[in-house]
Amino acid sequence: MEGAWDIASVLFQVWLSIVVGLIMLPAMFGVSLGFTDLYIKVLVKTLEWATRRIQRGQNEQPTLPSQSANGIIEKNDGSMEEEIGELRRSHPKSLAGVDFTLCDVFYFWKKGIENIVEDQVTQRFTSEELVSWNLLTRTNNNFCYISVRVTIMWGLGVFIRYCILLPLRITLAAIGLSWLVIGTTLVGFLPNSNVKNSLSDLVHITCYRICARGLSATIRYHNKENRPQKGGICVANHTSPIDIVILANDGCYAMVGQVHGGLMGVIQRSMVRSCPHVWFERSEMKDRNTVANRLKDHIADKTKLPILIFPEGTCINNTSVMMFKKGSFEIGGTIYPVAIKYDPQFGDAFWNSAKYNMVSYILRMMTSWAIVCNVWYLPPMNQQNGEDAVQFANRVKSAIANQGGLVDLSWDGGLKRAKVKESYKEEQQKMYSSMIVGTDCHENSVGPT
Amino acid sequence: MGSRASSLLREEDIEEIKKETGFSHSQITRLYSRFHSLDKGENGALSREDFQRIPELAINPLGDRIINAFFPEGEDQVNFRGFMKTLARFRPVEDNEKNKGPPSGEPLNSRMNKLLFAFRLYDLDRDDKISRDELLQVLRMMVGVNISDEQLGSIADRTIQEADTNGDMCISFTEFTKVLEKVDVEQKMSIRFLH
Repeated sequence: MEGAWDIASVLFQVWLSIVVGLIMLPAMFGVSLGFTDLYIKVLVKTLEWATRRIQRGQNEQPTLPSQSANGIIEKNDGSMEEEIGELRRSHPKSLAGVDFTLCDVFYFWKKGIENIVEDQVTQRFTSEELVSWNLLTRTNNNFCYISVRVTIMWGLGVFIRYCILLPLRITLAAIGLSWLVIGTTLVGFLPNSNVKNSLSDLVHITCYRICARGLSATIRYHNKENRPQKGGICVANHTSPIDIVILANDGCYAMVGQVHGGLMGVIQRSMVRSCPHVWFERSEMKDRNTVANRLKDHIADKTKLPILIFPEGTCINNTSVMMFKKGSFEIGGTIYPVAIKYDPQFGDAFWNSAKYNMVSYILRMMTSWAIVCNVWYLPPMNQQNGEDAVQFANRVKSAIANQGGLVDLSWDGGLKRAKVKESYKEEQQKMYSSMIVGTDCHENSVGPT
Repeated sequence: MGSRASSLLREEDIEEIKKETGFSHSQITRLYSRFHSLDKGENGALSREDFQRIPELAINPLGDRIINAFFPEGEDQVNFRGFMKTLARFRPVEDNEKNKGPPSGEPLNSRMNKLLFAFRLYDLDRDDKISRDELLQVLRMMVGVNISDEQLGSIADRTIQEADTNGDMCISFTEFTKVLEKVDVEQKMSIRFLH
């Protein structure tokens, strides 16, 4: 019995020293020993091999449905005027200036059915479909048994991910988070000074680096010269809570958020001891002025870190950028847009909060292959004259969508849970009404239709 | 989410739907994924709320009528078969030649059936006539509050006048077809489904 305990404790010590020596220490100093790169290279080769085998298998068995991520239907996105105009072209022209035809309903019919089959919004709240399988059970849509080798590969993958990588990652995450709490509390005892600030930055960055290793994250930063400066507001598209780890690996930010209880609360309280973050009580969040004022005060102080805000307000699945809430754009600071794009082949980073709670989400992250993403720092933007907050927000959103290769949508991310506002329907009705009765003044100028 | 959705659909069901609607095997599985993702209650049937959750459909002025078209008389749930049958009406007419084994009788997506489907959007009480009231109802849905009752009434009157040939102040299906004979119904009431 004692022999077993001895062996167990020796193993544990070996394990810990490997973790500390080979992963944690290099991570803290920002040095890479090349393990992760090697791992990613091997992964890429394996996934390519698996893709080829699956494609070959599909060609041999034509009854298997082939995966096409191109959408179910082909849409032509004409405007209401164009489409209804075309419909009416062959219809006998009416005599009076009023222009209604029985076939106008076809336009609404077709649009309605198209949206039932495939719409732009609801697909953003579920994980992106992959074009080819990446050997994770969770993304297994239509892939049936192809060959023994692929199944063996998959089985091996399960073993590696759950028995080797998962314990390693959990250890790292635990170390990282406890280091954050302990380190920031210690730094908090120092009097306010430059030394305190640099130590606080050090503690934060090392903790996030350890956490990033805990997810096997490979992050490529582009355009580092545009990194957010103090007194500014950093704005990014939101896919998951991991975004914070991704961004904070390369810089220090002041976080904004609601005060939580439990473990999150402990972390929040200790973080705020070493450098100012902006945590709101639930009641304060409802008052937009309070929120705006606190943020304004923060950025007015040029010694404080740039604020990190996700204006979408909710997690989107990284295929599109949805409406940016104008609150952050009304404060008046310089906006530093950042685009984050994850590579879905290695792991799906999207947090579907309706389906998974935080713990199961983190477990899913830790049992994926890896998190691979690109981060682009965009040049800073300021509100221009004659531009209101909404237009400014849209301009920033387009810049981010453009850089990240994401679809730029004006739909509100809040539609994940809430119903769409009636005013949008009223807009449609208004547009149509002007087509029916508004044409009498246009009759002469429009010309033959 | 649709990851195991296709395994809930049996091969025999797929074959039957293929025969009934003319969709291909892969189209049926893709549409089943979509059906499954809309079915938040996971009970194998869609309710009106499930459709309302699609924002672009919720803002469509005729959204409620379109949703209604999926539900058989007096029912609140539509299963996958019913879903596919309604969607089948929007298949392009040309696709019928490509599929082997066309259904007996008039296919669901023929020109006449498309027109009948559009006619039913107006003719709520299914008496095979579009009355002035029924026409007004649809018009009101499409224009909202932007046009006065009087103006809308005169639009309705004029439309009926132009279409009515037998003087009964209603539009029958034949009169409806006549008015729209030059309209490219096949193209305008069709959706190109990818394979």
